[in-house]
Amino acid sequence: MNGGSVPGVATGGAPVPPMDPLSASRLSTIVSHDLDIRSHDPDGTPRRMGFFTDSSLCIGCKACEVACKEWNQVPDDGLLFTGESYDNTGDLGCNSWRHVAFIEQTREVAVPGDGGGPATRWLMASDVCKHCSNAACLDVCPTGAITRTEFGTVVVQPDVCNGCGYCVSACPFGVLERRRDDGRVWKCTLCYDRLREDMEPACAKACPTKSIQFGQLSELLPMADARVAELHRRGVAEARLYGADRADGVGGFGAFFLLLDEPEVYGLPPDPVDPTRDAWQGWSAAAVAALGLVATIGVAFLGRGRR
Amino acid sequence: MAECHPVGFQWVVEARERGATVIHIDPRFTRTSALADLHVPIRAGSDIAFLGGIIRYIIENDRWFHDYVVEFTNAATIVGDGFRDAEEQDGVFSGFDPDTRSYDPQSWMYRGASVAAATGNRARPAGADGTSRPQQDRSLKDPRCVFQLLRRHYARYTPELVAQVTGVPVATFLRVAEALCRNSGRERTSAFCYAVGWTQHTVGVQYIRTAAIIQALLGNMGRPGGGILALRGHASIQGSTDIPTLYDMLPGYIPMPGTAPYTDWQDFVRCNSSPTGYWGHMEEYFVSLMKAWYGDAATEENGWCFDHLPRIDADHSAYVFTKGMLEGTVKGLFLLGENPAVGSSAGKFNRMAMSKLDWLVVRDLVEIESASFWYRSPEIESGELRTVDIPTEVFLLPAAAHTEKDGSFTNTQRLLQWHHTAVEPKGDCRSELWFFYHLGRIIRRKLAGSTEERDRALRDLTWDYPTKGAIEEPSAEAVLAEVNGHGADGNPLNGYVELRKDGSTSCGCWIYCGCYAGGVNQTARRTPVWEQGTWPAAQWGWAWPDNRRVLYNRASADAEGRPWSERKRYVWWNEEAKRWEGVDRPDFRAVTPPSYRAPDGAQAEMAISGNDPFVMQADGKAWLYAPFGLRDGPLPTHYEPLESPFPNALYPETPHNPVLQVVESSMTPLARGGADEVYPYIATTYRLTEHHTAGGMSRFTEYLSELQPEFFCEVSRELARERGLENAGWATIISPRAAIEARVLVTDRIPPLLVQGRVVHTVGLPFHWGAMGLSTGDSANDLLHLGLDPNVHIEEAKAALCDIRPGRRPRGRALLELVEGHRRRAGLAGGGSGSAGRPQA
Repeated sequence: MNGGSVPGVATGGAPVPPMDPLSASRLSTIVSHDLDIRSHDPDGTPRRMGFFTDSSLCIGCKACEVACKEWNQVPDDGLLFTGESYDNTGDLGCNSWRHVAFIEQTREVAVPGDGGGPATRWLMASDVCKHCSNAACLDVCPTGAITRTEFGTVVVQPDVCNGCGYCVSACPFGVLERRRDDGRVWKCTLCYDRLREDMEPACAKACPTKSIQFGQLSELLPMADARVAELHRRGVAEARLYGADRADGVGGFGAFFLLLDEPEVYGLPPDPVDPTRDAWQGWSAAAVAALGLVATIGVAFLGRGRR
Repeated sequence: MAECHPVGFQWVVEARERGATVIHIDPRFTRTSALADLHVPIRAGSDIAFLGGIIRYIIENDRWFHDYVVEFTNAATIVGDGFRDAEEQDGVFSGFDPDTRSYDPQSWMYRGASVAAATGNRARPAGADGTSRPQQDRSLKDPRCVFQLLRRHYARYTPELVAQVTGVPVATFLRVAEALCRNSGRERTSAFCYAVGWTQHTVGVQYIRTAAIIQALLGNMGRPGGGILALRGHASIQGSTDIPTLYDMLPGYIPMPGTAPYTDWQDFVRCNSSPTGYWGHMEEYFVSLMKAWYGDAATEENGWCFDHLPRIDADHSAYVFTKGMLEGTVKGLFLLGENPAVGSSAGKFNRMAMSKLDWLVVRDLVEIESASFWYRSPEIESGELRTVDIPTEVFLLPAAAHTEKDGSFTNTQRLLQWHHTAVEPKGDCRSELWFFYHLGRIIRRKLAGSTEERDRALRDLTWDYPTKGAIEEPSAEAVLAEVNGHGADGNPLNGYVELRKDGSTSCGCWIYCGCYAGGVNQTARRTPVWEQGTWPAAQWGWAWPDNRRVLYNRASADAEGRPWSERKRYVWWNEEAKRWEGVDRPDFRAVTPPSYRAPDGAQAEMAISGNDPFVMQADGKAWLYAPFGLRDGPLPTHYEPLESPFPNALYPETPHNPVLQVVESSMTPLARGGADEVYPYIATTYRLTEHHTAGGMSRFTEYLSELQPEFFCEVSRELARERGLENAGWATIISPRAAIEARVLVTDRIPPLLVQGRVVHTVGLPFHWGAMGLSTGDSANDLLHLGLDPNVHIEEAKAALCDIRPGRRPRGRALLELVEGHRRRAGLAGGGSGSAGRPQA
């Protein structure tokens, strides 16, 4: 909209060409206006959508936590002072679907011209359900309450969930948790209701520094690769992606991360595995054992018959 | 900035991604530091030493922007022979009266010419009539020229002295100074962003002045990417200064009339403005303001109702009128979105003062501590106050939130942005606009038949705003239209140059003139920059004045009007068109060529030469040296905070700002004269991202409260070891004013510093908490004293002295005894008796 500018009054006077260094197409390096946040192709086909959470841009404002709760009407998680830096949320759970970790690090570093000394680093990263490509929670859910949506995300349907809790122990990240009051499991839906309307999730919308980028996974992944390469070029050698590898133990995350240290430092498992991935081996072993048992019993009967 | 202004900080992150160097100077390592290229921990209260060191570095290493400085600043101007620098007189400038502890600034004036200040003390000094121009030595060699005075004044601010005073190592200081110089000049600019970490000191105004000197020396003013940005603490705090809630100001920075015996309104304007520069048009601005307020009742014959305006007879700043409440001279108080029981220094002083009022009106979203002090407060808990003894009648009136009303926000860059009602306010919640419109309407109805002269000021007001809806909400847009103003034909004005002093124009705030140009709400425009295609996005909102995005932008071109560089071109002189043009609205008379030289006796903008970009200034120059306008000296100089564990390394005889203001009270004794043995640590207050100032908008909502659920203090490992403090345990913090308890956060982010050869510790205190809401706790501001900056009366909240010990504080009388015991050991006058008195120089 062009809310009623008055010629020659408040529009900057005579027309001038755009300034070269700031031409409209290059207005922003981190705020990408090209990233397509619509969850459907033009023909209406749903897309696989996800998050790329870039912790190198996170300022720890927790707007994601608050926006998530406001939109999804998630209750508060208790007013508890932890004494763990500025993190009073602790971890992801039924009542915290985004969680910003704060990690204080002090190490001896060489500062050019200063001859070295202690330097403080404060890592901040907004964690969220990974929406695994191979989601254990979904596989173990006996009621079908956990489903994969048309956007490739993993969602718990509260009206179907019976609170059995199988998914809680299946999740390699400890994302799923039952609410004490109603017994059901709650977690990030990647704002399924917003995606249906081609709107970005509340946390990504609220993030002021675009640490949380939302888009098609197929666009986010190369963007993340380029970001890591750029940070390496600038000398941030510790930058790495977490959950971008489609060949990992959960088939890659639908919500993946750029971290500035080992995953363990952020409280994340370094090599998460879908525990149902190798389930067929278990069933095979059981089958072998069962066959063996049958054979043994048969032999026993045979033996008795002989007797 | 990331901590308190996370949304604005996105642009710092953006700049960093484009290659900008981000330096963060703060006693604690914050969320800002986490994203900065360099964090510099500094001792709270020592910034002038640090910035003064940069000034010396710039001058001694010849890093100043020669052409910019010679042409656009007052570096070449000769100062009168009577001036004596603080460096010559052990910390006091000439004109100091030790009896009144104040300055007569007469000796600070230029040689051969007198100028009024565009801000600060606006009284017109003798002889400031524009008939003569100040003398200059453009070679900058004259020992009495500003540049040489500046060089001598900061000669002692060596990197070693900076390190000794501030605790910043020499190498780190040099890294900052070099980065700043390297990123300034023709091709590059640097910006300073500051907030109350700079202003809340007894030398707060001079902090900003020091930054202004640096930016003028480096050529970083009036240019894209430059400037000094005041990050404001609330939405539209800038707006509440422009159209002020300040006791000494009328809209648009027109001073409030004093009790001086003006002969008429023109005499008032004459006494409070410069005839040269754009303040030379104050008559137009003033008459248009009076026409906006009094309409047809304001006539030339009655001096445009000048006598309707109240006159200032004394200092009525916040802590002074609060003391008036204590003493019974102030009987009633309106609190609008303000929570002094938590947010102001020396909480007890404020709460005790409120307990003496006849009536108190609190308009807020929730029941804040300033509305509940009479039944829940530290004084009720300790037994110092009993509810039955408090006569104050408290009216708590629910306010509408910004989403429930129309209106504008003015932000730090002077950008006005309109917000529309999203939902109607619930129940009895109403906007401030509603409250004051209907209050005024009812009072005027009661006065309708009055023949008392004193009621004329209310009866003559134009008070005819249209209302809408069931709740009769006044039209905010009608108010904006009034602020914008209109001409004799009733049509909205397009800009302040159209204002007249013959009564044919009305305008509620001259700097906002044009925000409703063409009858269109310019502040509601929301065309994103990527749709405008041009920069700097003139069609997003509206910036005062005249929709200019960079003030004084004529300085973006050289003396001849050519851009300093192609990379930084912004506004320039078009010789063919004989006009200034650029990507922004030129902040200069459009047809004044660079070659124009103002003749003696020229007035207003005609007294501004073609090489004078600072058009509000009487001499058109950036003031490296302020010959007038400040109460505490023409050059910033380092003084220790009022409470400091260190002597002044520069002036042993003058520890503190010699003219600082102290509001005296038996409740607020000062830790001085060796008291630092009992109160050895520096207490500094600040905000957290999760909470909003005194907590009224955050501690009452669960989603924010759970993120920072309890009041805590931040201490280093070393201090924790020294005092036996445990992480997540409790600590009691004690000052001469109060003792409070807080949870403990032990962190390397608030490091001890080496100052004057010994280690000093800082106790970091977020100040958000009080007794009400979901997240409750003691108030950090209770610890603070009432030492104020003498220019603007702001409190020294950022550097006070305290003690800290493990464990929770005692309750009841025992708490008072704890505070009293510390005072006794420190040899301070106790509560209830004695007085802090003036600081001894």
